[in-house]
Amino acid sequence: MLAKRIIPCLDVSAGRVVKGVNFVELRDAGDPVEVARRYDEQGADEITFLDITASSDDRNIILHVVEQVAEQVFIPLTVGGGVRTVDDVRRLLNAGADKVSINTAAVNNPQVVADASGKVGSQCIVVAIDAKQVAPGKWEVFTHGGRNRTGLDAIEWARKVESLGAGEILLTSMDRDGTKNGFDLGLTRAVSDAVAIPVIASGGVGSLEHLADGVTQGRADAVLAASIFHFGEHTVREAKELMRARGIEVRL
Amino acid sequence: MSRVAIIDYGMGNLRSVAKAIEHVATSDTVVVTADPAEVLSADRVVFPGQGAMPDCMRELDARGLRPAVLEAARNKPFLGICIGQQMLFEHSEEGNVPGLGIFKGEVRRFPAERMVAADGSRLKVPHMGWNEVWHKQAHPLWAGIDDGARFYYVHSYYVDPADPAIVAASTDYGIPFTGAVAQANIFAIQFHPEKSAQAGLQLLSNFMSWKP
Repeated sequence: MLAKRIIPCLDVSAGRVVKGVNFVELRDAGDPVEVARRYDEQGADEITFLDITASSDDRNIILHVVEQVAEQVFIPLTVGGGVRTVDDVRRLLNAGADKVSINTAAVNNPQVVADASGKVGSQCIVVAIDAKQVAPGKWEVFTHGGRNRTGLDAIEWARKVESLGAGEILLTSMDRDGTKNGFDLGLTRAVSDAVAIPVIASGGVGSLEHLADGVTQGRADAVLAASIFHFGEHTVREAKELMRARGIEVRL
Repeated sequence: MSRVAIIDYGMGNLRSVAKAIEHVATSDTVVVTADPAEVLSADRVVFPGQGAMPDCMRELDARGLRPAVLEAARNKPFLGICIGQQMLFEHSEEGNVPGLGIFKGEVRRFPAERMVAADGSRLKVPHMGWNEVWHKQAHPLWAGIDDGARFYYVHSYYVDPADPAIVAASTDYGIPFTGAVAQANIFAIQFHPEKSAQAGLQLLSNFMSWKP
């Protein structure tokens, strides 16, 4: 049986892994190659890098990071953050990324999803959807870290990006992100049931139980988390052991 | 010490495959090449593929690589990966295109009506992630790899060989499908050894020392 995936997410700024403290202050958390290797050793099924480099001068640094990690860590790598054009996608894939995640650019210009998946294949294209609940059973797509509303219904948008050729959806609840209260399971379930492509649940993980809930109640195909792994609270292996104990198929 | 050619026909990034082989075969030479002469002079050949099979077939022919691939598949240790496995067959449902026809059989899409998990939830396509690879025959490329070990898959189509004797591994995803085929000097797999952590590196290492 196919295993449910656990994906640690690393924020990278100017070539270093950083951790947010109180949402504002960023603290250096190490060399991306070393952190990625550690997660690989713990049994991570994939690794996602989110490039949060502020200065556009430093944007090419992520390419070197991806090259170095891909030379030493032999599990799938997804890279997102600031991806705007098919050329951006190509550059990241050529550096060694297996999948590239597109967020704001997909909202601004949905054609970029179709163009990119047409060029490099759906399996390489992840569309990241940031959603906030606006009414019971209704979620809206936001961009810019939850600041800008788009008027798009999250479930309709998920179906739309699937039809444009996305191979996977990275779904983040902006209501839950950073709260440690667990995934928005209603959102996760609604999107996962609406599309035939895999859905990665993200936003709000504060415990290992939350990861399992994302799969069992949210019907996510994969679960993504950052802080519970970064701050040494838990290892990926512990997460998998708990999931297995709850009857979820994992790679251990 | 041997030289392995990874055939580059412009479909996708071959860097990861090259780096993974360099990682396990440190004294061998790895070349990523679009030159038929280099393919023909190599000791071993890796035939990868990414994206859609119609594009892969078109680009292979646009670069004049078909004769070199067919020749290498006749007599060299030959490893097909992902679309590089699918292209060895006669025909694909994807784009309704003919393949190289080295093996008899069809490349099929996962049937939507069978994509249902035990709990009634929908099995997603692409089939993406780590699934169990069950050996269907003993083979040197399985050395040191547990029966049922997980490898990383990402695909929507799978090969359906006419001859069950060439099936080297099977995986379940809604239906049982062929994950690997083997015949004489050819071994071809749907999953990605270069992204399958230790099990994948072991398989690549086995390929690099394989004497069919």
